[in-house]
Amino acid sequence: MDDNAYAGLLVDDAHWAFGEAAHDDPLAGMDLTVPDGIDPVELASYCLVLGDDALVLGHRLSEWCSRAPDLEEDVALANIALDLVGQARLLLARAAAADPALVPDLPEGSPVPAEDALAFFRDAGDFRNATLVELPNGDFAETVCRVLVFATHRLALFERLSDHPDRALRGIAARGVKELTYHRDFAGRWFVVLAGGTEESRRRLEAGLATVWAHRRELGEDPQAEEVLGRVLDAAGVTAPDVRPPAILGGHTPHLTDLLAEMQSVARAHPRGRW
Amino acid sequence: MRAAAEVAATVVDPEMPMLTLADLGVLRSVDVGDSGEVVVTITPTYSGCPATAEMRADLVRRLRAEGYDDVSVRIALEPAWTTDWITEQGRAALVEAGVSPPGPAPRRSGPMPLRLGPPRRSLTCPRCGGPEVDLTSEFGPTACTALYRCAACGEPFEHVKEI
Repeated sequence: MDDNAYAGLLVDDAHWAFGEAAHDDPLAGMDLTVPDGIDPVELASYCLVLGDDALVLGHRLSEWCSRAPDLEEDVALANIALDLVGQARLLLARAAAADPALVPDLPEGSPVPAEDALAFFRDAGDFRNATLVELPNGDFAETVCRVLVFATHRLALFERLSDHPDRALRGIAARGVKELTYHRDFAGRWFVVLAGGTEESRRRLEAGLATVWAHRRELGEDPQAEEVLGRVLDAAGVTAPDVRPPAILGGHTPHLTDLLAEMQSVARAHPRGRW
Repeated sequence: MRAAAEVAATVVDPEMPMLTLADLGVLRSVDVGDSGEVVVTITPTYSGCPATAEMRADLVRRLRAEGYDDVSVRIALEPAWTTDWITEQGRAALVEAGVSPPGPAPRRSGPMPLRLGPPRRSLTCPRCGGPEVDLTSEFGPTACTALYRCAACGEPFEHVKEI
């Protein structure tokens, strides 16, 4: 029994006592002083935008669990979702520390940390994410397109943010770069495979790309991301779709409300709960 | 009383318990103040790594058990963790447990290069040493591993991805 890789899991009864880890601050002990020349409210707002994108896409990708075309892709999408939720947690924690006024009020005595309060106790109207990430999942090809476009944009942005004056944001970005490179390349490889597969896989890929392409400007104008996306499309022999951005009133689609209803219901039912 | 640094160095990664936090490179420093307060600094591996909370709780628990009452664990996000920090001893422990250790992490100067072909790594099977291995997935059962299969012995195995 003792010579297998999992022997250490049974160190003692306390080893898997999750209760002790309940107050796990993802930025514990870090110097969160906002540097001179940076407006804390703007920094917080910016981190909230980035964090909401990552949180909502992470949740959408987690919906693929047990539904992906095969086990490897199921595990891959779950891993990407986990990275994004992890990035979201750090970004929301940074936002809350820079501007505590953003954090919704909770009942007295609630142990919910600030980043969870932001994730689970804000309504759709207060979310700052792009609509691209809140759209309901289509098929696997559509998800490949969405991850490709999102990860390519976010990677280019995080590469630039890796020397941001704010220490926390810089650290979050530098770590995210490594993760997003794997996400982008995973989606890029599938993009090429589906484009060169069957007529049906190509039809689905092009349909998925048309949906995603219409929303990509929400992620900002980014020549570096555009250049990389151009190379992926070239490698796949796919032409960029000629689509116009959809008109969205009020900043979000009704799909975000549905997503949040599912994601937030348990936390809201137990605002004093410990997880 | 054992030295705090020595105690902290024996705490293992809950997901890869063949590795101590020191071998994994997550443990960055252990400082003991004049009044005996211990400050442990760790750099987590992946942003969403669920083991981070357990690592912190384990560090506090083990140090307290050794008589250090005032223990805090700090997070350092930069420089970002890299698989290059896994020690030689850690790499040997991975192979011993049937996990393929990472090669050198990609060095970054300028944008991360786009790789649309299958990732090429020069690996050998950690079980039989066979040189022919097939990648089955870039994402494995934990955030930090990819999945491979050995063409010679047919066994699947995990490879710690270079980051």
